[in-house]
Amino acid sequence: MPCRSCEVTDLKTQERFTPLARFPLHVSRDVVQARQSVARELRDRGVSNIRVTRFSTAVSEIARNVIVHGGGGEFSVYLDPAAGYLMTVSSDKGRGIADIPQALTDGFTTAGGLGRGLGGAKRLADVFEIISSADGGTTIKMGIKL
Amino acid sequence: MSGIASIHLVENALLVSIQDDVNDTEILELQDSLSRRIAQDNVAGVIIDISALEIVDTFVGRVIAQLAGISKLLDAKTYVVGMRPAVAMTLVELGMYLPEAQTALSLSHALSQLRSD
Ligand SMILES: Nc1ncnc2c1ncn2[C@@H]1O[C@H](COP(=O)(O)OP(=O)(O)O)[C@@H](O)[C@H]1O
Ligand SMILES: [Mg+2]
Repeated sequence: MPCRSCEVTDLKTQERFTPLARFPLHVSRDVVQARQSVARELRDRGVSNIRVTRFSTAVSEIARNVIVHGGGGEFSVYLDPAAGYLMTVSSDKGRGIADIPQALTDGFTTAGGLGRGLGGAKRLADVFEIISSADGGTTIKMGIKL
Repeated sequence: MSGIASIHLVENALLVSIQDDVNDTEILELQDSLSRRIAQDNVAGVIIDISALEIVDTFVGRVIAQLAGISKLLDAKTYVVGMRPAVAMTLVELGMYLPEAQTALSLSHALSQLRSD
């Protein structure tokens, strides 16, 4: 549900957007809810099947990482009307990603996973930005051109 | 509550249809119960219908690949049926392969392959 008090701030431009949807990410059911909601928003805007599948797969990977590696967090979806993008922001207050290029490398995992989620999501999204630190946790912004 | 359908015995194979709202916990439960049923029911094959799945990410892909490996050890073949083209294209981009799994376009195709074995 959109609400004034929970606007998202663009990491780079500091512009504020009212989210279309906002979800907690704590249990595996939350991952399904987040990616299905993104898929619905994209389909409503006439985005093609293949692009909906690609982007919601990226959302699923990033949302799962918030739970598995970041200790839980939250996820929001918003529109950047000026640029014509649907954007998502996931954030957690976990231990952060020490070496981002290494984490993006296919096959790198610190938790016995496949290690293809982060790098895969970057390839599947049109916009992909990571901000991460040991004390501030991890925020990942992704976007798809509408 | 479970987002996955039950396991059915069809001819000499176990058939399961995965629903789109399946979560990680449920798919691991499915892997577990399906593995047990393969041994118990002494089937020739396992048919996993993923036509309802809008996405297959690295987690679900890995569970399916592992399941195919388990059933091979238990002397059964795994067929993945109904994969959507968009899902197939995305899996390739993720660099995910399902080496031990046979893919078939439809359930009847998978069943006829199992019959002719
Ligand atoms: N939100 C996060 N917080 C901390 N570390 C993360 C986060 N997301 C990803 N990582 C790190 O990046 C690695 C690679 O992620 P990924 O490619 O999704 O592989 P996997 O989840 O299979 O380990 C993870 O193993 C983890 O070390
Ligand atoms: Mg991951």
